[in-house]
Amino acid sequence: MAAQSGSLPRYIVQRLLLIIPMVWLLLTLVFLLMRVAPGDPVTASVGGRLPPDALEARREALGLNDPLIQQYWDYLSGVLTFDLGKTITDNTPITDIIKENGGATLTLTVTAMLFALVVGLPLGLLAGRYRDTVADGGIRIFGIVTYAAPIFFTGILLQLLFLNVFSGWPLLGQSTPITEFSVETKTHILLLDAMLAGDSEAVVDVLKHLMLPAITLGLLICGIFIRLTRVNLLQTLQADYVEAARARGIPEPKVVRSHAFRNALVPVVTIIGLLIALLMSGAVLTEKTFAWPGLGNQLITYIEQRDYAAVQGIITVFAILVVVISILIDIVNALIDPRVRY
Amino acid sequence: MASIRGILAPFRETTGFARWMLLVGVVIVVFFTVLAVGADWIAPYGFAQQSANGVDFPKAAPPGDGHLMGTDRLFFDVWSRVVYGARTALEVIVLAVSASLVLGLVLGLISGYVGGWIDRVLVLVMDVLYAFPGLLLAIVFGFLLAEKIGAGVISAAGALTVIYMPQYFRVVRSSTISAKESTYVEAARALGAPGRTVVGRYLFGNVIHSVPVIGTLNAADALGTLAALGFLGLGIQPTDGAEWGFDLSRALEDVTSGIWWTGLYPGLAIVLLITGLTLVGEGLNETVNPVLRKRRLRKITVEETQK
Amino acid sequence: MLSVRDLRVWYGTERGPAKAVNGVNFDLMPGETLGLVGESGCGKTTLGRGLLGLLPRGAFVDGDITFKGKPMPPLGSKEHRALRGIELGMIFQEPMTRLNPLMRISEHFEETMQAHNPDISKDQVRHEALEVLRVMGIPPTRYRSYPHEFSGGMRQRLTIALALVLRPAFIVADEPTTALDVLVEAQIIKILADLRREFDTALLLITHNLGIVAEACDRVAVMYAGRIVEVGDAREVFRSPQHPYTQELLRSTISLGTTGLTYIPGAPPSLIQPPPGCLFHPRCPHAMRVCTTQHPVPLQLDDGQRVECWLHGPEDQIPSGGREPMVVREELSLADEA
Repeated sequence: MAAQSGSLPRYIVQRLLLIIPMVWLLLTLVFLLMRVAPGDPVTASVGGRLPPDALEARREALGLNDPLIQQYWDYLSGVLTFDLGKTITDNTPITDIIKENGGATLTLTVTAMLFALVVGLPLGLLAGRYRDTVADGGIRIFGIVTYAAPIFFTGILLQLLFLNVFSGWPLLGQSTPITEFSVETKTHILLLDAMLAGDSEAVVDVLKHLMLPAITLGLLICGIFIRLTRVNLLQTLQADYVEAARARGIPEPKVVRSHAFRNALVPVVTIIGLLIALLMSGAVLTEKTFAWPGLGNQLITYIEQRDYAAVQGIITVFAILVVVISILIDIVNALIDPRVRY
Repeated sequence: MASIRGILAPFRETTGFARWMLLVGVVIVVFFTVLAVGADWIAPYGFAQQSANGVDFPKAAPPGDGHLMGTDRLFFDVWSRVVYGARTALEVIVLAVSASLVLGLVLGLISGYVGGWIDRVLVLVMDVLYAFPGLLLAIVFGFLLAEKIGAGVISAAGALTVIYMPQYFRVVRSSTISAKESTYVEAARALGAPGRTVVGRYLFGNVIHSVPVIGTLNAADALGTLAALGFLGLGIQPTDGAEWGFDLSRALEDVTSGIWWTGLYPGLAIVLLITGLTLVGEGLNETVNPVLRKRRLRKITVEETQK
Repeated sequence: MLSVRDLRVWYGTERGPAKAVNGVNFDLMPGETLGLVGESGCGKTTLGRGLLGLLPRGAFVDGDITFKGKPMPPLGSKEHRALRGIELGMIFQEPMTRLNPLMRISEHFEETMQAHNPDISKDQVRHEALEVLRVMGIPPTRYRSYPHEFSGGMRQRLTIALALVLRPAFIVADEPTTALDVLVEAQIIKILADLRREFDTALLLITHNLGIVAEACDRVAVMYAGRIVEVGDAREVFRSPQHPYTQELLRSTISLGTTGLTYIPGAPPSLIQPPPGCLFHPRCPHAMRVCTTQHPVPLQLDDGQRVECWLHGPEDQIPSGGREPMVVREELSLADEA
């Protein structure tokens, strides 16, 4: 059955439309989860610090005395208008929190992903190509251990290592206070702002701070890429079309490169989509380990303070991001793999 | 069980690395199981013990001198906490993996076999759970369960069950669906086998062989998540038990002062056990998955060619 | 053009070497199509793959092969593999998976031609490719399509075109139509039959379907348990089969006139521990005493056929009493798998 490959635009539209129901479902889940706990959020977080009528006023302001449906509606409409409410503990608009700390998390995750790709993919292909050799064994063990080691442990190890070998290397935070104050905030992404301001010292400073957390998070993801590309390559090397190419006289190195490697890497794009969730969870832990001023760190702080409103707001943002990025990855995948478009 | 026999047979045919992985993994897991079960006898002190025989333990002392792995800032013996941590870890994992396995299996079988709107609803719920960042979901559930029933083994296990159930559900469901359509099931039905038998003997048996692989890899993941929850303070409280992740969170402050033993040992324990579980899972996968298995042809000797 | 003598392919197993191909001889002229038939497991696929060097590593291969008047490099060696594509071609059984799903058809052609002629331009490739595709009945508008946009039958035509584009002198077609439905099969067979006219290619057509052989082959070789038991002109062999196995094969084919099903009792012999004497004797309705002890000698018959069967002699090699009938038929026993 022959078909046209012109349905790409249609596929893209289909995928984009899918965002809406998925986000809605996730938001509903978040909403329900936050409301399942006993007691009320206000008492839980600021109970000891304010007199009862002030507490009641807060409850009223948060809409906690309204019927559930009302709260649900308020929440959803809030999300649509980019209003996520205010935190209970310090009355900050949550969107402000997102704005100020999102950039740091973004910098961290993107850099970590790049590291993982650059290191993980070639290693995985190598392991598959030279299967059952020492190289293969070594790479696989490396992949298993980097994934097995909890992020915070890898972080601690790196910190200990650099403390002893490169004393003076920054172990915590995103930058020194000097850098932070001297760089003008335009995009809320410190690295970018430093570059825009042409401040090379600041850029170097941020990069130095960025290195350890990015490698830590990157190693985790790296292990997955190694395992994945290796298995994919083992399968493509045995593929029928690979044998057919050999039968046509294509030299072996070319067969391995153009057919086996290339086809083995295609699923990587899909996997990146699935890894977004892992990346975010990992970022949360990495940020705490390195005192990195991102959304993850904020989330933990607010969890410790039992600030439901803040937790709900940040998780909402995470959930939406996950869905949107996954859909975008689906679209990229369709661009690469012509079979996917139907 | 036929599946165990089935697993062992190709095991013999595979080359060294897979077998080696499996062996090392099993040894590690057994080691930690021994620690967990025999904690009361193996650990020299309790996990929250601060003195012995009337003598206080030193504060944050390096390894040596009666404390194999040193002590931490709260005067606890690190080695004892590592041993008891093994117990906590295994308790939670076994609980969580079995619960998610059972739930996922049952729901998956039902969903796959019955189909219809039950199937659609379940698939939707599971997909959403699956799409949610695992740790975040665990955080939320750990948070909520901790409020409801108090932080502890059950709440941690409960949070983990929620995350992992969708995986079993998916695998079981797709195996059920493809087995349901397959000809041998059709044949059984044509012969008049009741639904119960069809599900019980054919579908279940078919699905069961992929479970050990997923189960062990899940256990590895669950341990990582548990440690993460502990690290974030959402897991077991230090007075109720020892948990490696929680100890690591306290070790964060120690790093900058050069105190390395409070973080290294619990961390190593986590890495080792997760690696062990992963090796077992990967090793099983190599032997069970025919694509990855590499069958070898014996080389023909010169004498044979003369015949 | 192609002359094969004493070709052997053995696989090593724990219980001893499995002799999948054990002393095969045949000749092939340019433009000639030789059909190779036999039951599953008789070694015909191994034979075909062996000639292209596509056997798994660890397989033992040996034989004297003359190709275009010169000795062929040892099968599987680098020099032998260099002949692939340009002198030797292969058409596989399942067309659905033989094309890279991520590459356009044009890219497949470009890769194939550039591998043997690095300086060739894309336009030249296109020119050659479209020429071959035209013969296969594939319109030029589909040149830049992807494999999944074609049906099974068309994909097989594509693989045939790819195999032909460099004009190899010898092509092995391993059950090219087994995975296709009957109508499509007829088209493909016609294409293969026309090959000798269009391109003067020598074709080894491996199949278990005797009907195809009758349609498309000049000569046919019947293979059993790793040896060719009968070979000759296709029409002659069908009209008067000399070997009991060939006779049984022809009897068991089903046509519209079939009223009862005949089958050959028993199963193919173990390739690791073959029976003594003639490999077919346990299932042969005309087995004689000599067949159980001595392996038959290849015999050239008057009408050009070659057969290995004691029924035809040579008389001087049969001991006295050897012609006594001794039928050792095994009923459908469990085949301990070769």
